[in-house]
This record gives sequence, structure tokens and C-alpha cells, in this order.
Amino acid sequence: MSQIHVTTKINGDETEFLCEPEDTLLDVLRDRLGLTGAKEGCGTGDCGACSVTVDDRLVCSCLMLGAEAEGREIATIEGMADGEVLHPLQRKFIEHAALQCGICTPGILVAAKSLLENNPDPSEEEARYWLAGNLCRCTGYDKIIRAVMDAAAEMRGEIANDPDDSLRRAS
Amino acid sequence: MRYEAPQSVDTAVALLAEAAGSAHVLAGGTDLLVRLRSGHIEPELVVDIKRIEGMRAIVEEDGGWRIGAGVPSAELGEHAGVRGAWPGVVEAAGLIGSTQIQGRATLAGNLCNASPAADSVPAMVAAGATARIAGPGGTRDVAVEDIPTGPGRTSLRPGEFVASIYLPAPAPRSGDAYLRFIPRTEMDIAVVGCGVALTLDEGGTCIAARVSLGAVAAKVLLVGKAAAALVGTAVDDTALAALSAACSEACSPIDDKRGTVAFRTHVAGVLAERAARIALSRAKG
Repeated sequence: MSQIHVTTKINGDETEFLCEPEDTLLDVLRDRLGLTGAKEGCGTGDCGACSVTVDDRLVCSCLMLGAEAEGREIATIEGMADGEVLHPLQRKFIEHAALQCGICTPGILVAAKSLLENNPDPSEEEARYWLAGNLCRCTGYDKIIRAVMDAAAEMRGEIANDPDDSLRRAS
Repeated sequence: MRYEAPQSVDTAVALLAEAAGSAHVLAGGTDLLVRLRSGHIEPELVVDIKRIEGMRAIVEEDGGWRIGAGVPSAELGEHAGVRGAWPGVVEAAGLIGSTQIQGRATLAGNLCNASPAADSVPAMVAAGATARIAGPGGTRDVAVEDIPTGPGRTSLRPGEFVASIYLPAPAPRSGDAYLRFIPRTEMDIAVVGCGVALTLDEGGTCIAARVSLGAVAAKVLLVGKAAAALVGTAVDDTALAALSAACSEACSPIDDKRGTVAFRTHVAGVLAERAARIALSRAKG
């Protein structure tokens, strides 16, 4: 069967790829484009490790065909930091040690960013419900929620961040 | 497998009709992709209907709302018009899976996947929703309760697909609600689901009702006897007890890991009463 040619935008860059009809968007990102931040945990939409946004809508990339990406705008974890400067959520995840093995982390960061874009001032309950589709077997979620709430507060300008914080730079 | 994303209903129908039994319709894909990847289905053709005009639109029609087959639950929840008209339907759709799933899952897909436990289906049945089916013979409108015929099976004929769901204009002094039982607070499949819609007259007497149950039979149930228990009453405790009994009586569930026959039968009556109380308070505004 012939491959499908797809033109899309990924993290702001025009991207073209060829894929098999049955390839998921996750297959394409990981195996054809080398964007391995999104993980395959379950492959059935239960764990959220493959979370990306498509036209600003949070989805599981394992439940979407690569061919469906034609003309859409995809955002992945690889586009989250601004060059060397981490996104506040990424910084707060490090500060709060909101990860252990790290498999779920890219998906949770993408989902949390989507939450704060939709709702800059979520209650803890809203944050927990929004992230209910992202499974983490290490942290027990508490540190994740603390990191998200702290990042949200900083992004609203309620907490001044320390410009000398060495964690701001990924290295 | 071949993937096609036609831009017109006619092309989609022609593709589906030509491919006979081995073609599948792709809307949100949250059920289809799982079955595809696990090898449960090996389609020759997948027809993605989301590029067809109107499939991703919510349009006002005769005071009600026509919801394209490609509209995800999340979009439904953000739509003030639909939320105002049929809050029970929107709440039911909002219970399907996670935020990520709701970014893709559709009402039409939830219906055509034909799971007896589908959350949005009893709510749509209570609302009196119809599905517009496109097919080789043109389009036809069918009551939502007549689409599923059993687990995983629908009354759709070869070449047909659901193009949109229509939620009618709510009557004055009406309200709807959907409740489900799961043993946790989110991310689970209904053990029992119940949708209730009712309408009051100016004196507060119920003049119309529809009551629907999910996950207690091979397909969604429209329980006429439960609705009849409300009509002509003020939806008082006596009427609600009769509604509850009628719902339990209508159940023919299975025993499985999610719940026993006895539990499901009991919970159906409990949920019906609670959903009716919410619908009543909404009808009173």
C-alpha cells in the first residue's frame, strides 16, 4: 500500500512526512520525525503519556492517525521550552521533584500547559480532574499538583520568580 | 488498509458502499483506533468523515441544535447554547474518558460504537435526540434509541453513516439530567447510567417525560412505564418511588466485574430518582 504524504505544522515548523495509513500520530512523531518526547504507555488512550495538542486541543496522539494531521497544528513537549529557557511548568516540576522515572512527565507537562491556557487560575480539584487522564505510578500525584499550582501562580504574576535561579536554564 | 478523507457526504457514502463490509467510519477515533491497533478489526478502508463540510459544526436549527458527527465532547461542553438547552446531554458527554479523550470523542461515535454503557446515549434518548443518517438512498432521521441493536451492533445499513445528531428545542419549563454510577470519581465505564428529561405545566404538573437507562440491558432502554409514573404528577415522592420501581423492573443486566445483576437493578432505581430530582429543579428554573 502506498504511503500517505502529509503536510502539517509541528511546534510552529512546517513539516512534511510520509506515513502508512495505519500509523498513529504517535508512531509518526517518534519513529519518523525523531520526536521521542511523547511516550507510548498503553496505546489505548488510558495513560496520557502520548499527550499532544492538535489545533490547541489536548489529545492522545496514540488515538489519532498520522494521516489525520494534514493541515493541522501539532504541539509537542519538544516545543515547550523557549530554546534553553524552560517553561515555568518545567522549572516547577524540577523544583518540586514532581517526577521520578519521568515516563509520564512529557505528557503531564503538555496536559498541564493546556490546562493553564484554558484556565489560568484552576482550583486544585480542577487541576486534578483535568489531569485525571495522565497516569503516574511514581509520585502519587501530590508533587505534580503542587508544581502545577505553583507554576500557575507564577504565571499569573502572583509569585516573583528568582532571576538567578540556576534551574531556569536547561543544561 | 486504505485511508480516505472525503470532502463530501456523497463521496463518503460511495466509498463506504463500494467497500462493503470491511470499511469503518472514523470520527473521533477513540474506540476505532483501539480496535484497529489491537487487531480486533482489520479494515480495508477507513473513511475519515471530519473533512466533510458541517461535520465539525454545531448549528442552531428550529430552536434546537444540530451537532456534526465530528464535534468532540470538549467543544460541546464549551458551547453555551447546547449547555443551556440540554445540560444533561452535555454533562453525560463530559463524563466520557479523560480531557484527552474528550478532545476527540464524539456523540455520533459514542452512539455508533454501540456499547450498552455509553454515557451520552441515555442522555440523548431522554432528550428525544435523532440521528441523521447519510447513505446510498439519501438521508433519513432515526430516533437515537433505534440505532444500537446490541453490544457493538447498530441498525445502520451498508454504506450508511451518522452525519449529525439533532437535539430538539427544549419545551418551556423543561429540564434534563444524566447520572451514572462508577466506583470512583472519573475515568471509568458506567455500571448503570440514567437520563431523565421532563416538562412541567404552569402549575408544576409534569406533562411529558422521557426516562432512559444504560448498562442494564444489551442496549440502551427507553422506559415508558417510568416516564408514565411522572406524567400527571407534581413529581412528588410517591411519583418518584413509582419511577424508581419501574426503572428497576425494566433492567435485564449482566453480572460482571463492574456489578452484579442485583446491584445494577437496585442502582438503576436510585439513579433514576436522583436524576429526576435534578431534572425537576432545572425545569423549575
